[in-house]
Amino acid sequence: MIKVDGLTKRYDRTVAVNNISFEVEKGQIVGFLGPNGAGKTTTMRILTCFMPPTDGTASIAGFDVMKSPLEVKRRIGYLPENPPVYPEMEVHEYLSFVGRLKGIPSAELPQRVKDVSERCAVADVSKKLISKLSKGYRQRVGLAQAIIHNPDVLILDEPTAGLDPKQIHETRDLIRSLAGVHTIILSTHILPEVEQTCDHVVIISKGLIVAKDSVQNLTSRLRGQEAVLVEVAGASTDDVRRRLEQVAGVSRVLHKDTRNGAHVFEVESLPGENVRASLARAVVEAGWNLNELHAAALSLEDVFLELTAAEKAQGGQQ
Amino acid sequence: MSNILTICRKELKSYFASPIAYLLMAMYGVLFGFFFWNAVGYFVNMSFQSTMMGRSFPMDVNEMIIRPLLMNTSVIGLFLIPLISMRLFAEEKRMGTIELLFTSPVRDMEIIIGKWLAAVILYACLLGISALNLSFLFVYGKPDWKPLLIGYLGLLFQSGALLAIGAFISTTTRNQIIAGGVTFGVCLLLWVFEWVAGYETSTWATVMGYMSVVRHYEPFSKGVIDTKDAIYFASLIFFGLFLTARSLESLRWRA
Ligand SMILES: Nc1ncnc2c1ncn2[C@@H]1O[C@H](COP(=O)(O)OP(=O)(O)O)[C@@H](O)[C@H]1O
Ligand SMILES: [Mg+2]
Repeated sequence: MIKVDGLTKRYDRTVAVNNISFEVEKGQIVGFLGPNGAGKTTTMRILTCFMPPTDGTASIAGFDVMKSPLEVKRRIGYLPENPPVYPEMEVHEYLSFVGRLKGIPSAELPQRVKDVSERCAVADVSKKLISKLSKGYRQRVGLAQAIIHNPDVLILDEPTAGLDPKQIHETRDLIRSLAGVHTIILSTHILPEVEQTCDHVVIISKGLIVAKDSVQNLTSRLRGQEAVLVEVAGASTDDVRRRLEQVAGVSRVLHKDTRNGAHVFEVESLPGENVRASLARAVVEAGWNLNELHAAALSLEDVFLELTAAEKAQGGQQ
Repeated sequence: MSNILTICRKELKSYFASPIAYLLMAMYGVLFGFFFWNAVGYFVNMSFQSTMMGRSFPMDVNEMIIRPLLMNTSVIGLFLIPLISMRLFAEEKRMGTIELLFTSPVRDMEIIIGKWLAAVILYACLLGISALNLSFLFVYGKPDWKPLLIGYLGLLFQSGALLAIGAFISTTTRNQIIAGGVTFGVCLLLWVFEWVAGYETSTWATVMGYMSVVRHYEPFSKGVIDTKDAIYFASLIFFGLFLTARSLESLRWRA
């Protein structure tokens, strides 16, 4: 449904997106994950024909964004980072305007406006000025605007940014409910969002794709590379850390917490190594108390940090 | 075509949803009202005097009231047009709504013409106020309506040209005030060029004279349509809208 090949976008000096390629199948929800400034918005703006790429191609439903922008635009719904609403308009006026802009026939327009208003839970404010709406409502009006013409592809740029937890929850549910009918690509810098909403993930960092996979595969990809939670009492943080780092097979030691004089560490090991026994021995032999030790699956967050950190290291070497 | 109308309708709605349209109408109403009663007062005074002096050559309403009024209106337009055109694109850029327009299945030219048309229609509404004043003349006298119509046609031409230039300037910034200020400067220049051309005969002065809006409007105020003037305004409109299109395109590249 979406095909991106060798896409590059250069601003004056910065390379915002550097030769990225990925594909999205029909009906998938793909999370486009990356820290701020990674190039998410830039990629989405190219996909929506807002701006042309410097190099490479992108196509939606088989239509190239450069060669047939009108065909592409007919098939996409786009929610930019800030909902593109006119404050001086009432909600239903605004949705009718967008509907007309997207080419919905006048006869069907009132029904469509009603449908999406209900779908996005903005029906109760439909006669209100958009300037009077809260951020959460505005965001939902933005979503309603994006789906009003029933597009094949939905492109949502940080759809939950700036919302409170309840609104975030509602928005995620709404997005999930849109899956299946639409192919969705949503960007975010928040990991749980991807885990909760998406079935695939493309991780981007500094304009480069560092991983793309299903959310499941990605979390289990580093399963061999296990994380272990260790709680140790009876020594200073630094001593424990140094000792744990010396254990063979350990790749990284993270201090998580200190409570009641006990330090909690997360220890990551190299793939294929089982370090639990050696860790226990090391702590006990040092004469400290081992309060707790258990395996923890790496969360997507860890994977994300891992990948973007590896990327940084590579960048540093060049 | 329907896209142009969609944009145009939305734009008109925005004008009338904000105080700007009413403010303009009020300003225009007061200014034109002042000029109107001033001209009528002068005319009444003159005809009274000429009757007193026993002379009775006919006094021409068209020549003495309508023509100077149309010229005044043309000048008022130079001041009001920046206020109409300044928000056209600057506001969309500032609000980020330009992303909606640019990613909807409409052509840039449809957006531009829709917006420009809305601006011209708002200006025509202002002209309507002045027409209301002038209709008094038909109640109390018998002015010739044909030159009046041509005068108004000229005013529309003039506003179309300046609004096209204003639309272009509005694409270059996200600040309405700056857009308005620069447009006002350009309008003013196109007006004062006339002064230079009045006493100078160098090539530059001739060029300036040719660019002067007032000079090209004057024949219209006399009820004369000269192809030369029509071409001048038409090419300004074309030029302005063309520049707007190019500016939007480069906006996309730079984004
Ligand atoms: N209009 C622009 N001009 C110059 N640089 C830009 C522009 N827009 C974005 N950038 C730069 O491109 C990079 C990627 O930005 P963006 O795509 O907005 O990232 P994200 O959405 O992932 O936070 C950033 O370094 C940003 O500073
Ligand atoms: Mg962004």
